[in-house]
Amino acid sequence: MNAWHALFALLVFPGLLYALPMGWLMLGAGRKLMARFQGRIGPPLSQPFYDVVKLLAKQPVARVPAEKWLLTGLPLLAVGAMLGALALLPVFSSETGFVGDLVLLVGLLELPALCLILAGYASRSIYGEVGATREAALSIASNVPFLAALVAMAAAAGSLHLSQISVATPWLVRLPALLTILLCLPVKLRTNPFSLANAEQEILAGPLTEFDGRQLALWELAHGLEWVALTGFVATLAVPVRSPHFFFDFLGFVLISLALVLLLNLLAASTARLKLWQATRMLWRWASLLAAVALATAFYLTFYLGHGGY
Amino acid sequence: MSAPTKGILFRLVERARRRSAWLFHFNAGACNGCDIELITCLTPRYDVEQLGIKLEGSPRQADVLCVSGPVTRTTREALETIYGQIPYPKVVVAIGSCPATCNVFAGSPVIDGPLDRIIPVDVYVPGCPPRPHQIIQGIAQAIERLAEYRATPAGGER
Repeated sequence: MNAWHALFALLVFPGLLYALPMGWLMLGAGRKLMARFQGRIGPPLSQPFYDVVKLLAKQPVARVPAEKWLLTGLPLLAVGAMLGALALLPVFSSETGFVGDLVLLVGLLELPALCLILAGYASRSIYGEVGATREAALSIASNVPFLAALVAMAAAAGSLHLSQISVATPWLVRLPALLTILLCLPVKLRTNPFSLANAEQEILAGPLTEFDGRQLALWELAHGLEWVALTGFVATLAVPVRSPHFFFDFLGFVLISLALVLLLNLLAASTARLKLWQATRMLWRWASLLAAVALATAFYLTFYLGHGGY
Repeated sequence: MSAPTKGILFRLVERARRRSAWLFHFNAGACNGCDIELITCLTPRYDVEQLGIKLEGSPRQADVLCVSGPVTRTTREALETIYGQIPYPKVVVAIGSCPATCNVFAGSPVIDGPLDRIIPVDVYVPGCPPRPHQIIQGIAQAIERLAEYRATPAGGER
């Protein structure tokens, strides 16, 4: 990955130029789909764009400088981390990445949740603190199986290269690992039934209760990018082949991402919000079980049958 | 850096404000009748989300403050706080007869209303309770005032 390649990935595809409209489209499609599932007409697809424009034009609330910088810096960090994560996704066969890019990607994917937790506490609102606590508890419960599934895939492929993992992992490992990641996806995107952290109305706006105007617009942006990055991550892991022509890779990437948006919104529309103990128990039980299956299969394949690279 | 007040950017902002009004609902001692009618606007039958309107949990994120109830003495301070917490531009919609005239509670010693004695009101929606159609019309009128908002160069308010 040379510098020009990295810059292209960061700013054009799958970075800023692709991810920004795609993030708005995914958020808009989410609200539209949710409305259709509930028998309503719903807002137009362009709704998130207008929301962001309106939020940017709100007059900022007067704050002391330290608080202002903190509350602006955290969403900015989340946006930056998501763009970085997007740039690392191996969509095309020409993208070879570098050793250990999986570790960097996982770190970057975790940053928005961490920023949200910090933002909840930093805003000094009790609702923000309750939301941040819930986000923290859920993020631990979902990250253990999520990381275990990725470790299983990496061990089975014998590599920490994302591009090699997505091509070389055998289906025996890939299937349980993907199911684990799919189960963790609504937790990471904070949609129903795992919408505990931002539980709208219940704890006002959760960690974002004190955020207004521009800072909230940044969070909306980060959330849109989170959708693109996480669905894109699953899309790259799910497809083991890369075609010689980049157009088909691009098409597959976009279509799988959008299919995941449909799936996640169907789940969100058909379920109610779980309680914290129900959600964490579900994750520790079922997601961990799937991750354990993936890990066991991966180590059986590599150590006893001698597949993989170790 | 403040929001644009003229040119193509302002037209975009105007359009965005028209299409994305977030409500904060405040019950200032209402009997729950108007609150039920307001929530009805979000149901499939009326579906105000078509207009980009949604109920927002936090006053910091709201554009439109919907107040129901005659403003009792105990809710007055909370109402003033919440009005102050909403960033400009903001509009206030008085839902029902209570915030407009105190209705049957007029003259009671525990009532501090009507609403316009405490905070500036942009649109009154009369009725006890008003029908969802009327509430939607009232909010639409309020949104028009929201869209035309221009901050003065000195940063003062309308």
